[in-house]
Amino acid sequence: MLDTAQHPASAAASAAAPPLLEVANIEVVYNDVILVLRGLSLAVPQGGIVALLGANGAGKSTTLKAISGLLKTEEGEVTRGEVRFAGERIDGIDPHDIVRRGIFQVMEGRRIVADMTCLENLRLGAFTRRDNEIRRDIEMVYSFFPRLKERTGLAGYLSGGEQQMLAIGRALMARPKLILMDEPSMGLSPLLVKEVFGIIRRINSELGVTILLVEQNARMALSVAQYGYVMEQGKVVLDGTAEALAANEDVKEFYLGGHGAERKSFRNLKSYKRRKRWL
Amino acid sequence: MEGALLFQLLLNGLIVGALYGVVAMSFVLIYKASQVVNFAQGEFLLVGAWVCWWLLTEWQLPFWAGFLVTLAFMTLFGIILQVVVLRPLIGEPVISVIMATIGLGIFFQALMKWIFGVFAKPFPPVFSAERVSVLGLEVQTAYLLSLGISLAIMAGFGWFFRYSRHGLAMRATAFDQQVAQSLGISVPRVFAMSWAISAVVSAVAGVTVGMVNGVSSALSVYGIKVFPAVILGGLDSILGAVLGGLIVGVLENLAQYVDGQWLNWGNMYQVAPFYALLLILMVKPYGLFGTKNIERI
Repeated sequence: MLDTAQHPASAAASAAAPPLLEVANIEVVYNDVILVLRGLSLAVPQGGIVALLGANGAGKSTTLKAISGLLKTEEGEVTRGEVRFAGERIDGIDPHDIVRRGIFQVMEGRRIVADMTCLENLRLGAFTRRDNEIRRDIEMVYSFFPRLKERTGLAGYLSGGEQQMLAIGRALMARPKLILMDEPSMGLSPLLVKEVFGIIRRINSELGVTILLVEQNARMALSVAQYGYVMEQGKVVLDGTAEALAANEDVKEFYLGGHGAERKSFRNLKSYKRRKRWL
Repeated sequence: MEGALLFQLLLNGLIVGALYGVVAMSFVLIYKASQVVNFAQGEFLLVGAWVCWWLLTEWQLPFWAGFLVTLAFMTLFGIILQVVVLRPLIGEPVISVIMATIGLGIFFQALMKWIFGVFAKPFPPVFSAERVSVLGLEVQTAYLLSLGISLAIMAGFGWFFRYSRHGLAMRATAFDQQVAQSLGISVPRVFAMSWAISAVVSAVAGVTVGMVNGVSSALSVYGIKVFPAVILGGLDSILGAVLGGLIVGVLENLAQYVDGQWLNWGNMYQVAPFYALLLILMVKPYGLFGTKNIERI
Protein backbone atom coordinates (compact mmCIF):
# COMPACT_ATOMS: atom_id res chain seq x y z
CA MET A 1 0.00 0.00 0.00
CA LEU A 2 1.29 3.46 -0.79
CA ASP A 3 1.87 5.56 2.22
CA THR A 4 -0.13 8.77 2.28
CA ALA A 5 2.78 10.42 4.09
CA GLN A 6 4.66 10.32 0.79
CA HIS A 7 2.21 12.85 -0.56
CA PRO A 8 2.60 15.92 1.59
CA ALA A 9 -0.19 17.85 -0.12
CA SER A 10 -2.96 15.49 0.89
CA ALA A 11 -1.43 14.79 4.27
CA ALA A 12 -1.34 18.49 5.03
CA ALA A 13 -4.92 18.93 3.87
CA SER A 14 -6.22 16.12 6.06
CA ALA A 15 -4.32 17.44 9.03
CA ALA A 16 -5.73 20.95 8.65
CA ALA A 17 -9.43 20.10 8.52
CA PRO A 18 -11.37 16.89 9.07
CA PRO A 19 -12.59 15.41 5.79
CA LEU A 20 -16.16 16.14 4.65
CA LEU A 21 -16.86 12.44 4.44
CA GLU A 22 -15.13 9.82 6.50
CA VAL A 23 -15.82 6.11 6.21
CA ALA A 24 -14.13 4.24 9.01
CA ASN A 25 -13.65 0.52 8.90
CA ILE A 26 -17.19 -0.39 7.82
CA GLU A 27 -18.55 -3.84 7.34
CA VAL A 28 -21.66 -4.32 5.18
CA VAL A 29 -23.87 -7.37 5.23
CA TYR A 30 -26.72 -8.13 2.82
CA ASN A 31 -29.70 -10.23 3.95
CA ASP A 32 -27.96 -10.84 7.29
CA VAL A 33 -25.55 -13.33 5.73
CA ILE A 34 -23.64 -12.00 2.74
CA LEU A 35 -20.57 -10.09 3.81
CA VAL A 36 -19.73 -7.56 1.10
CA LEU A 37 -17.55 -4.88 2.66
CA ARG A 38 -14.92 -6.08 5.09
CA GLY A 39 -13.48 -3.17 6.99
CA LEU A 40 -13.43 -0.47 4.34
CA SER A 41 -12.09 2.99 5.13
CA LEU A 42 -11.85 6.08 2.99
CA ALA A 43 -11.97 9.84 3.31
CA VAL A 44 -13.18 12.54 0.95
CA PRO A 45 -11.87 16.06 1.63
CA GLN A 46 -14.10 19.11 1.27
CA GLY A 47 -14.10 20.33 -2.32
CA GLY A 48 -12.19 17.37 -3.71
CA ILE A 49 -12.82 14.71 -6.33
CA VAL A 50 -11.97 11.23 -5.12
CA ALA A 51 -12.06 8.18 -7.37
CA LEU A 52 -12.99 4.70 -6.20
CA LEU A 53 -11.69 2.03 -8.56
CA GLY A 54 -11.91 -1.71 -8.63
CA ALA A 55 -13.04 -4.75 -10.58
CA ASN A 56 -16.63 -5.90 -10.90
CA GLY A 57 -18.01 -7.12 -7.60
CA ALA A 58 -15.33 -5.44 -5.51
CA GLY A 59 -18.00 -3.55 -3.58
CA LYS A 60 -17.74 -0.07 -5.09
CA SER A 61 -21.50 0.47 -5.55
CA THR A 62 -22.15 -1.04 -2.14
CA THR A 63 -19.77 1.50 -0.62
CA LEU A 64 -21.71 4.36 -2.21
CA LYS A 65 -25.03 2.89 -1.04
CA ALA A 66 -23.66 2.48 2.46
CA ILE A 67 -22.91 6.21 2.45
CA SER A 68 -26.22 7.33 0.87
CA GLY A 69 -28.27 4.92 2.99
CA LEU A 70 -29.80 3.26 -0.08
CA LEU A 71 -28.42 0.01 1.27
CA LYS A 72 -31.56 -0.11 3.37
CA THR A 73 -33.69 -0.49 0.25
CA GLU A 74 -31.74 -3.62 -0.69
CA GLU A 75 -31.79 -5.48 2.63
CA GLY A 76 -28.24 -4.36 3.35
CA GLU A 77 -26.87 -3.04 6.60
CA VAL A 78 -23.72 -1.43 7.97
CA THR A 79 -22.90 -3.84 10.79
CA ARG A 80 -19.62 -2.37 11.98
CA GLY A 81 -17.64 0.83 11.72
CA GLU A 82 -19.06 4.26 11.06
CA VAL A 83 -19.78 6.78 8.34
CA ARG A 84 -19.32 10.43 9.25
CA PHE A 85 -20.47 13.37 7.15
CA ALA A 86 -19.49 16.88 8.23
CA GLY A 87 -18.60 15.44 11.61
CA GLU A 88 -21.92 13.67 12.22
CA ARG A 89 -22.59 9.96 12.10
CA ILE A 90 -24.93 9.07 9.25
CA ASP A 91 -24.83 5.28 9.08
CA GLY A 92 -28.22 3.77 9.85
CA ILE A 93 -30.12 6.94 8.90
CA ASP A 94 -32.92 6.74 6.31
CA PRO A 95 -31.84 7.64 2.78
CA HIS A 96 -34.31 10.52 2.41
CA ASP A 97 -32.82 12.09 5.52
CA ILE A 98 -29.31 11.75 4.17
CA VAL A 99 -30.32 13.63 1.00
CA ARG A 100 -31.51 16.48 3.22
CA ARG A 101 -28.10 16.56 4.90
CA GLY A 102 -26.45 17.16 1.54
CA ILE A 103 -25.40 13.82 0.07
CA PHE A 104 -26.90 12.90 -3.29
CA GLN A 105 -26.23 9.66 -5.11
CA VAL A 106 -26.42 9.51 -8.89
CA MET A 107 -27.13 5.83 -9.22
CA GLU A 108 -25.65 3.46 -11.75
CA GLY A 109 -27.66 3.36 -14.96
CA ARG A 110 -28.94 6.97 -14.59
CA ARG A 111 -32.31 5.89 -13.17
CA ILE A 112 -34.17 8.93 -14.39
CA VAL A 113 -37.97 8.81 -14.18
CA ALA A 114 -38.74 7.67 -17.73
CA ASP A 115 -42.41 8.69 -17.81
CA MET A 116 -41.76 12.29 -16.80
CA THR A 117 -40.40 15.13 -18.88
CA CYS A 118 -36.90 16.52 -18.49
CA LEU A 119 -38.21 19.52 -16.61
CA GLU A 120 -40.27 17.38 -14.23
CA ASN A 121 -37.20 15.26 -13.49
CA LEU A 122 -35.26 18.38 -12.64
CA ARG A 123 -38.02 19.72 -10.40
CA LEU A 124 -38.11 16.33 -8.71
CA GLY A 125 -34.43 16.73 -7.90
CA ALA A 126 -35.37 19.80 -5.86
CA PHE A 127 -37.92 17.84 -3.81
CA THR A 128 -36.12 18.48 -0.53
CA ARG A 129 -36.03 22.25 -1.12
CA ARG A 130 -38.71 24.80 -0.37
CA ASP A 131 -36.91 28.01 -1.34
CA ASN A 132 -37.85 30.13 -4.33
CA GLU A 133 -34.60 29.77 -6.22
CA ILE A 134 -35.57 26.51 -7.86
CA ARG A 135 -36.44 28.23 -11.14
CA ARG A 136 -33.04 29.92 -11.17
CA ASP A 137 -31.28 26.61 -10.53
CA ILE A 138 -33.11 25.00 -13.43
CA GLU A 139 -31.61 27.69 -15.67
CA MET A 140 -28.23 26.99 -14.06
CA VAL A 141 -28.55 23.29 -14.93
CA TYR A 142 -29.53 24.23 -18.50
CA SER A 143 -26.38 26.35 -18.71
CA PHE A 144 -24.35 23.22 -17.92
CA PHE A 145 -26.40 21.06 -20.29
CA PRO A 146 -27.84 23.31 -23.01
CA ARG A 147 -29.23 20.41 -24.98
CA LEU A 148 -31.56 19.39 -22.15
CA LYS A 149 -33.46 22.63 -22.61
CA GLU A 150 -34.49 21.62 -26.10
CA ARG A 151 -35.88 18.27 -24.97
CA THR A 152 -39.56 18.62 -24.15
CA GLY A 153 -40.66 15.00 -24.53
CA LEU A 154 -40.53 12.18 -22.01
CA ALA A 155 -37.14 11.59 -20.44
CA GLY A 156 -37.35 7.88 -21.30
CA TYR A 157 -36.84 8.73 -24.96
CA LEU A 158 -33.59 10.67 -24.39
CA SER A 159 -30.30 9.21 -25.59
CA GLY A 160 -28.03 7.55 -23.03
CA GLY A 161 -25.75 10.57 -22.84
CA GLU A 162 -28.65 12.96 -22.37
CA GLN A 163 -30.07 10.73 -19.65
CA GLN A 164 -26.73 10.81 -17.85
CA MET A 165 -26.70 14.60 -18.11
CA LEU A 166 -30.25 14.73 -16.80
CA ALA A 167 -29.28 12.47 -13.89
CA ILE A 168 -26.39 14.80 -13.00
CA GLY A 169 -28.57 17.88 -13.48
CA ARG A 170 -31.23 16.37 -11.25
CA ALA A 171 -28.59 15.83 -8.56
CA LEU A 172 -27.50 19.48 -8.82
CA MET A 173 -31.09 20.59 -8.25
CA ALA A 174 -30.86 19.27 -4.68
CA ARG A 175 -27.87 21.60 -4.05
CA PRO A 176 -25.85 18.80 -2.50
CA LYS A 177 -22.53 19.23 -0.72
CA LEU A 178 -21.38 15.81 -1.86
CA ILE A 179 -22.36 13.88 -4.99
CA LEU A 180 -21.75 10.14 -5.10
CA MET A 181 -21.44 9.23 -8.75
CA ASP A 182 -21.75 5.61 -9.80
CA GLU A 183 -20.36 4.78 -13.24
CA PRO A 184 -21.24 7.97 -15.11
CA SER A 185 -19.47 6.68 -18.22
CA MET A 186 -21.46 3.45 -18.46
CA GLY A 187 -22.69 2.79 -21.97
CA LEU A 188 -21.53 6.12 -23.38
CA SER A 189 -19.45 6.75 -26.49
CA PRO A 190 -15.85 7.93 -25.86
CA LEU A 191 -16.78 11.43 -26.98
CA LEU A 192 -19.69 11.63 -24.54
CA VAL A 193 -17.52 10.20 -21.76
CA LYS A 194 -15.15 13.11 -22.31
CA GLU A 195 -18.00 15.59 -22.23
CA VAL A 196 -19.52 14.14 -19.06
CA PHE A 197 -16.17 14.16 -17.28
CA GLY A 198 -15.56 17.72 -18.37
CA ILE A 199 -18.85 18.62 -16.72
CA ILE A 200 -17.97 16.69 -13.56
CA ARG A 201 -14.81 18.77 -13.32
CA ARG A 202 -16.78 22.00 -13.85
CA ILE A 203 -19.36 21.09 -11.22
CA ASN A 204 -16.52 20.57 -8.79
CA SER A 205 -14.62 23.75 -9.61
CA GLU A 206 -17.49 26.15 -10.34
CA LEU A 207 -20.08 25.00 -7.81
CA GLY A 208 -17.68 23.67 -5.20
CA VAL A 209 -19.46 20.32 -4.98
CA THR A 210 -17.35 17.53 -3.54
CA ILE A 211 -17.46 14.33 -5.60
CA LEU A 212 -16.86 10.68 -4.84
CA LEU A 213 -16.60 8.91 -8.17
CA VAL A 214 -16.96 5.18 -8.81
CA GLU A 215 -15.75 4.33 -12.27
CA GLN A 216 -14.68 1.46 -14.49
CA ASN A 217 -12.93 3.86 -16.79
CA ALA A 218 -9.93 4.30 -14.49
CA ARG A 219 -7.98 6.48 -16.86
CA MET A 220 -10.79 9.04 -17.05
CA ALA A 221 -11.45 8.86 -13.33
CA LEU A 222 -7.82 9.45 -12.41
CA SER A 223 -7.63 12.35 -14.83
CA VAL A 224 -10.27 14.33 -12.93
CA ALA A 225 -9.64 13.07 -9.38
CA GLN A 226 -7.03 14.32 -6.96
CA TYR A 227 -7.00 11.14 -4.92
CA GLY A 228 -7.98 7.55 -5.54
CA TYR A 229 -8.70 4.27 -3.81
CA VAL A 230 -8.50 0.81 -5.34
CA MET A 231 -10.86 -1.80 -3.95
CA GLU A 232 -10.80 -5.53 -4.08
CA GLN A 233 -13.11 -7.99 -2.35
CA GLY A 234 -14.67 -5.42 -0.07
CA LYS A 235 -11.49 -3.72 1.06
CA VAL A 236 -9.25 -0.88 0.01
CA VAL A 237 -6.04 -2.44 -1.19
CA LEU A 238 -4.28 0.60 -2.53
CA ASP A 239 -4.67 4.34 -2.26
CA GLY A 240 -2.77 7.45 -3.18
CA THR A 241 -2.90 10.64 -5.19
CA ALA A 242 -4.24 10.31 -8.69
CA GLU A 243 -0.76 10.83 -10.18
CA ALA A 244 0.78 8.20 -7.93
CA LEU A 245 -1.93 5.69 -8.80
CA ALA A 246 -1.67 6.41 -12.50
CA ALA A 247 2.06 5.74 -12.26
CA ASN A 248 1.68 2.58 -10.20
CA GLU A 249 2.70 -0.52 -12.15
CA ASP A 250 -0.14 -2.72 -10.87
CA VAL A 251 -2.78 -0.11 -11.52
CA LYS A 252 -1.36 0.38 -14.98
CA GLU A 253 -1.52 -3.28 -15.73
CA PHE A 254 -4.96 -4.06 -14.35
CA TYR A 255 -6.98 -0.87 -14.69
CA LEU A 256 -5.33 1.30 -17.28
CA GLY A 257 -4.51 -1.50 -19.68
CA GLY A 258 -0.93 -0.28 -20.11
CA HIS A 259 1.12 -3.11 -21.59
CA GLY A 260 4.68 -3.81 -20.79
CA ALA A 261 7.17 -4.69 -23.48
CA GLU A 262 6.47 -8.39 -23.04
CA ARG A 263 2.96 -8.11 -24.46
CA LYS A 264 3.23 -7.03 -28.03
CA SER A 265 0.74 -9.57 -29.27
CA PHE A 266 -2.31 -11.33 -27.97
CA ARG A 267 -0.65 -14.69 -28.44
CA ASN A 268 0.53 -14.40 -24.91
CA LEU A 269 -2.96 -14.79 -23.52
CA LYS A 270 -1.97 -16.58 -20.36
CA SER A 271 -0.16 -13.62 -18.96
CA TYR A 272 -3.03 -11.38 -19.96
CA LYS A 273 -5.35 -13.44 -17.84
CA ARG A 274 -3.01 -13.45 -14.88
CA ARG A 275 -4.67 -11.78 -11.95
CA LYS A 276 -3.03 -9.77 -9.32
CA ARG A 277 -4.26 -10.29 -5.79
CA TRP A 278 -3.28 -7.99 -3.02
CA LEU A 279 -5.09 -10.09 -0.48
CA MET B 1 -90.37 11.90 -26.12
CA GLU B 2 -88.12 8.94 -26.75
CA GLY B 3 -85.26 11.22 -27.64
CA ALA B 4 -85.74 13.25 -24.49
CA LEU B 5 -85.68 10.11 -22.39
CA LEU B 6 -82.50 8.94 -24.04
CA PHE B 7 -80.92 12.32 -23.45
CA GLN B 8 -81.97 12.29 -19.83
CA LEU B 9 -80.45 8.83 -19.41
CA LEU B 10 -77.23 10.01 -21.04
CA LEU B 11 -77.05 12.96 -18.70
CA ASN B 12 -77.71 10.76 -15.68
CA GLY B 13 -75.06 8.41 -16.97
CA LEU B 14 -72.50 11.17 -17.23
CA ILE B 15 -73.28 12.48 -13.77
CA VAL B 16 -73.09 9.07 -12.11
CA GLY B 17 -70.16 8.21 -14.34
CA ALA B 18 -68.27 11.26 -13.15
CA LEU B 19 -68.72 10.01 -9.60
CA TYR B 20 -67.49 6.56 -10.61
CA GLY B 21 -64.57 8.32 -12.22
CA VAL B 22 -63.74 10.12 -9.00
CA VAL B 23 -63.87 6.93 -6.94
CA ALA B 24 -61.89 5.09 -9.61
CA MET B 25 -59.25 7.84 -9.48
CA SER B 26 -58.85 7.44 -5.75
CA PHE B 27 -58.60 3.68 -6.22
CA VAL B 28 -55.91 4.08 -8.88
CA LEU B 29 -54.07 6.57 -6.69
CA ILE B 30 -53.55 3.94 -3.99
CA TYR B 31 -52.71 1.27 -6.52
CA LYS B 32 -50.18 3.43 -8.33
CA ALA B 33 -48.43 4.74 -5.25
CA SER B 34 -48.36 1.61 -3.11
CA GLN B 35 -49.36 -1.30 -5.39
CA VAL B 36 -52.25 -2.18 -3.10
CA VAL B 37 -55.54 -3.29 -4.67
CA ASN B 38 -57.97 -1.69 -2.25
CA PHE B 39 -61.14 -3.74 -1.93
CA ALA B 40 -62.34 -1.40 0.82
CA GLN B 41 -62.68 1.62 -1.50
CA GLY B 42 -66.48 1.45 -1.37
CA GLU B 43 -66.37 1.48 2.42
CA PHE B 44 -64.45 4.77 2.28
CA LEU B 45 -67.56 6.29 0.69
CA LEU B 46 -69.71 4.67 3.31
CA VAL B 47 -67.68 5.86 6.30
CA GLY B 48 -67.40 9.37 4.89
CA ALA B 49 -71.12 9.64 4.19
CA TRP B 50 -72.12 8.28 7.62
CA VAL B 51 -69.72 10.58 9.46
CA CYS B 52 -71.05 13.60 7.57
CA TRP B 53 -74.66 12.49 8.14
CA TRP B 54 -73.94 12.07 11.85
CA LEU B 55 -72.39 15.53 12.14
CA LEU B 56 -75.32 17.15 10.31
CA THR B 57 -78.14 15.39 12.16
CA GLU B 58 -76.80 14.66 15.66
CA TRP B 59 -74.63 17.77 16.01
CA GLN B 60 -76.78 20.00 13.82
CA LEU B 61 -73.72 21.47 12.15
CA PRO B 62 -74.30 23.58 9.05
CA PHE B 63 -73.51 21.66 5.88
CA TRP B 64 -70.19 23.32 5.04
CA ALA B 65 -68.86 22.84 8.59
CA GLY B 66 -69.94 19.21 8.76
CA PHE B 67 -68.45 18.60 5.33
CA LEU B 68 -65.08 20.11 6.27
CA VAL B 69 -64.91 18.17 9.55
CA THR B 70 -65.70 15.01 7.58
CA LEU B 71 -62.81 15.70 5.21
CA ALA B 72 -60.45 16.28 8.13
CA PHE B 73 -61.63 13.07 9.74
CA MET B 74 -61.13 11.12 6.52
CA THR B 75 -57.58 12.44 6.19
CA LEU B 76 -56.74 10.97 9.58
CA PHE B 77 -58.72 7.83 8.77
CA GLY B 78 -56.69 7.20 5.62
CA ILE B 79 -53.36 7.83 7.32
CA ILE B 80 -54.16 5.65 10.34
CA LEU B 81 -55.41 2.83 8.12
CA GLN B 82 -52.23 2.91 6.11
CA VAL B 83 -49.89 3.13 9.09
CA VAL B 84 -51.64 0.57 11.29
CA VAL B 85 -52.89 -1.99 8.79
CA LEU B 86 -51.02 -1.67 5.52
CA ARG B 87 -47.54 -0.58 6.56
CA PRO B 88 -46.73 -3.81 8.41
CA LEU B 89 -47.75 -5.68 5.24
CA ILE B 90 -45.17 -3.99 3.00
CA GLY B 91 -43.14 -6.70 1.34
CA GLU B 92 -45.74 -9.40 2.06
CA PRO B 93 -47.33 -11.38 -0.80
CA VAL B 94 -49.98 -9.56 -2.84
CA ILE B 95 -52.64 -12.03 -1.75
CA SER B 96 -52.11 -11.19 1.94
CA VAL B 97 -52.54 -7.50 1.23
CA ILE B 98 -55.70 -8.16 -0.78
CA MET B 99 -57.11 -10.28 2.04
CA ALA B 100 -56.36 -7.46 4.46
CA THR B 101 -58.25 -4.90 2.37
CA ILE B 102 -61.19 -7.28 1.91
CA GLY B 103 -61.19 -7.72 5.67
CA LEU B 104 -61.16 -3.96 6.16
CA GLY B 105 -64.13 -3.65 3.82
CA ILE B 106 -66.17 -6.23 5.73
CA PHE B 107 -65.16 -4.72 9.06
CA PHE B 108 -66.27 -1.19 8.20
CA GLN B 109 -69.41 -2.42 6.47
CA ALA B 110 -70.42 -4.20 9.67
CA LEU B 111 -69.24 -1.42 11.96
CA MET B 112 -71.38 1.15 10.14
CA LYS B 113 -74.45 -1.13 10.31
CA TRP B 114 -73.82 -1.68 14.00
CA ILE B 115 -73.57 2.04 14.76
CA PHE B 116 -76.11 3.50 12.37
CA GLY B 117 -78.49 0.63 11.67
CA VAL B 118 -79.34 -1.17 8.45
CA PHE B 119 -81.91 1.24 6.99
CA ALA B 120 -81.19 4.07 4.60
CA LYS B 121 -81.38 7.45 6.27
CA PRO B 122 -82.02 10.63 4.32
CA PHE B 123 -79.59 13.52 4.45
CA PRO B 124 -81.02 16.72 5.87
CA PRO B 125 -81.96 18.89 2.88
CA VAL B 126 -78.97 20.97 1.86
CA PHE B 127 -80.47 22.96 -0.98
CA SER B 128 -83.64 25.00 -1.01
CA ALA B 129 -84.57 23.79 -4.49
CA GLU B 130 -84.74 20.06 -4.84
CA ARG B 131 -84.55 20.09 -8.62
CA VAL B 132 -83.51 22.55 -11.25
CA SER B 133 -84.18 22.57 -14.93
CA VAL B 134 -81.22 22.47 -17.29
CA LEU B 135 -81.90 22.74 -21.02
CA GLY B 136 -85.43 21.56 -20.41
CA LEU B 137 -84.32 18.54 -18.38
CA GLU B 138 -85.09 17.96 -14.74
CA VAL B 139 -81.89 17.51 -12.76
CA GLN B 140 -81.53 17.14 -9.02
CA THR B 141 -79.54 20.01 -7.54
CA ALA B 142 -77.32 17.58 -5.65
CA TYR B 143 -76.49 15.82 -8.90
CA LEU B 144 -75.53 19.09 -10.49
CA LEU B 145 -73.37 19.86 -7.49
CA SER B 146 -71.82 16.41 -7.64
CA LEU B 147 -70.93 16.93 -11.28
CA GLY B 148 -69.30 20.22 -10.37
CA ILE B 149 -67.40 18.65 -7.48
CA SER B 150 -66.31 15.71 -9.62
CA LEU B 151 -64.93 18.00 -12.29
CA ALA B 152 -63.19 20.12 -9.67
CA ILE B 153 -61.57 17.05 -8.11
CA MET B 154 -60.41 15.84 -11.51
CA ALA B 155 -58.90 19.20 -12.33
CA GLY B 156 -57.31 19.22 -8.88
CA PHE B 157 -55.72 15.82 -9.49
CA GLY B 158 -54.41 17.01 -12.84
CA TRP B 159 -52.78 20.03 -11.25
CA PHE B 160 -51.47 18.05 -8.29
CA PHE B 161 -49.63 15.44 -10.36
CA ARG B 162 -48.23 17.89 -12.85
CA TYR B 163 -47.17 20.85 -10.77
CA SER B 164 -46.98 20.17 -7.04
CA ARG B 165 -43.82 18.73 -5.54
CA HIS B 166 -45.73 16.08 -3.61
CA GLY B 167 -47.57 15.04 -6.77
CA LEU B 168 -44.26 14.63 -8.58
CA ALA B 169 -42.94 12.69 -5.58
CA MET B 170 -45.91 10.32 -5.83
CA ARG B 171 -45.30 9.74 -9.51
CA ALA B 172 -41.62 9.10 -8.82
CA THR B 173 -42.53 6.62 -6.08
CA ALA B 174 -44.92 4.86 -8.45
CA PHE B 175 -42.14 4.68 -11.03
CA ASP B 176 -39.38 3.32 -8.79
CA GLN B 177 -39.27 3.41 -5.01
CA GLN B 178 -35.49 3.26 -4.79
CA VAL B 179 -35.13 6.19 -7.16
CA ALA B 180 -37.67 8.12 -5.10
CA GLN B 181 -35.66 7.51 -1.95
CA SER B 182 -32.45 8.57 -3.63
CA LEU B 183 -34.15 11.91 -4.37
CA GLY B 184 -34.95 12.53 -0.72
CA ILE B 185 -38.55 11.33 -0.85
CA SER B 186 -39.84 9.40 2.15
CA VAL B 187 -41.70 6.48 0.61
CA PRO B 188 -43.72 5.57 3.75
CA ARG B 189 -44.93 9.17 3.88
CA VAL B 190 -45.97 9.03 0.21
CA PHE B 191 -47.94 5.84 0.94
CA ALA B 192 -49.72 7.47 3.87
CA MET B 193 -50.46 10.56 1.79
CA SER B 194 -51.93 8.52 -1.05
CA TRP B 195 -54.28 6.75 1.38
CA ALA B 196 -55.31 10.03 2.97
CA ILE B 197 -56.09 11.68 -0.37
CA SER B 198 -57.90 8.59 -1.57
CA ALA B 199 -60.06 8.44 1.57
CA VAL B 200 -60.93 12.15 1.37
CA VAL B 201 -61.85 12.04 -2.30
CA SER B 202 -63.95 8.92 -1.83
CA ALA B 203 -65.75 10.54 1.10
CA VAL B 204 -66.66 13.51 -1.08
CA ALA B 205 -68.23 11.10 -3.54
CA GLY B 206 -69.95 9.28 -0.67
CA VAL B 207 -71.48 12.47 0.69
CA THR B 208 -72.79 13.55 -2.71
CA VAL B 209 -74.38 10.18 -3.38
CA GLY B 210 -75.78 10.18 0.15
CA MET B 211 -77.41 13.56 -0.44
CA VAL B 212 -79.32 12.13 -3.38
CA ASN B 213 -80.15 8.58 -2.33
CA GLY B 214 -79.80 8.69 1.44
CA VAL B 215 -77.03 6.97 3.35
CA SER B 216 -77.01 3.19 3.56
CA SER B 217 -74.63 0.34 3.06
CA ALA B 218 -75.69 0.32 -0.60
CA LEU B 219 -73.08 3.08 -1.00
CA SER B 220 -70.28 0.55 -0.92
CA VAL B 221 -71.51 -0.79 -4.26
CA TYR B 222 -69.43 2.02 -5.72
CA GLY B 223 -66.36 0.13 -4.52
CA ILE B 224 -67.36 -2.77 -6.78
CA LYS B 225 -68.39 -0.60 -9.73
CA VAL B 226 -64.90 0.84 -9.63
CA PHE B 227 -63.45 -2.38 -11.02
CA PRO B 228 -65.01 -2.23 -14.49
CA ALA B 229 -64.05 1.45 -14.60
CA VAL B 230 -60.40 1.00 -13.70
CA ILE B 231 -59.94 -2.16 -15.75
CA LEU B 232 -61.44 -0.35 -18.71
CA GLY B 233 -59.09 2.60 -18.27
CA GLY B 234 -56.03 0.63 -17.20
CA LEU B 235 -55.21 -0.10 -13.59
CA ASP B 236 -52.50 2.52 -13.31
CA SER B 237 -53.83 5.44 -15.31
CA ILE B 238 -55.59 8.32 -13.57
CA LEU B 239 -56.97 9.67 -16.84
CA GLY B 240 -58.07 6.17 -17.78
CA ALA B 241 -59.93 5.88 -14.47
CA VAL B 242 -61.92 9.06 -15.21
CA LEU B 243 -62.83 7.95 -18.72
CA GLY B 244 -63.57 4.43 -17.52
CA GLY B 245 -65.92 5.82 -14.89
CA LEU B 246 -67.76 7.96 -17.43
CA ILE B 247 -68.07 5.06 -19.86
CA VAL B 248 -69.41 2.75 -17.16
CA GLY B 249 -71.93 5.36 -16.03
CA VAL B 250 -73.28 5.90 -19.53
CA LEU B 251 -73.17 2.20 -20.31
CA GLU B 252 -75.31 1.38 -17.27
CA ASN B 253 -78.00 3.82 -18.22
CA LEU B 254 -78.02 2.83 -21.88
CA ALA B 255 -78.16 -0.84 -20.92
CA GLN B 256 -81.15 -0.11 -18.74
CA TYR B 257 -82.83 1.71 -21.63
CA VAL B 258 -82.20 -1.09 -24.08
CA ASP B 259 -83.35 -3.62 -21.54
CA GLY B 260 -86.54 -1.71 -20.71
CA GLN B 261 -87.41 -1.16 -24.37
CA TRP B 262 -86.68 -4.51 -25.96
CA LEU B 263 -85.00 -7.18 -23.89
CA ASN B 264 -86.90 -7.21 -20.62
CA TRP B 265 -84.24 -9.33 -18.91
CA GLY B 266 -84.26 -7.07 -15.90
CA ASN B 267 -81.37 -5.75 -13.87
CA MET B 268 -79.15 -4.95 -16.86
CA TYR B 269 -78.30 -1.74 -15.02
CA GLN B 270 -76.31 -3.72 -12.48
CA VAL B 271 -74.78 -6.29 -14.77
CA ALA B 272 -73.86 -4.52 -17.99
CA PRO B 273 -70.59 -2.99 -16.69
CA PHE B 274 -69.33 -6.42 -15.75
CA TYR B 275 -70.08 -7.85 -19.18
CA ALA B 276 -68.04 -4.96 -20.51
CA LEU B 277 -65.30 -5.80 -18.00
CA LEU B 278 -65.07 -9.39 -19.25
CA LEU B 279 -64.94 -8.27 -22.86
CA ILE B 280 -62.20 -5.74 -22.15
CA LEU B 281 -60.08 -8.25 -20.29
CA MET B 282 -60.27 -10.53 -23.32
CA VAL B 283 -59.36 -7.85 -25.86
CA LYS B 284 -57.14 -5.34 -24.04
CA PRO B 285 -55.87 -6.86 -20.80
CA TYR B 286 -53.97 -3.70 -19.83
CA GLY B 287 -56.98 -1.48 -20.41
CA LEU B 288 -57.22 1.47 -22.75
CA PHE B 289 -54.53 3.52 -21.00
CA GLY B 290 -52.48 0.97 -19.05
CA THR B 291 -48.75 1.51 -18.71
CA LYS B 292 -46.60 0.92 -21.71
CA ASN B 293 -43.07 0.78 -20.38
CA ILE B 294 -40.53 2.89 -22.17
CA GLU B 295 -37.52 0.74 -22.96
CA ARG B 296 -34.37 1.82 -24.68
CA ILE B 297 -32.72 -1.03 -26.47
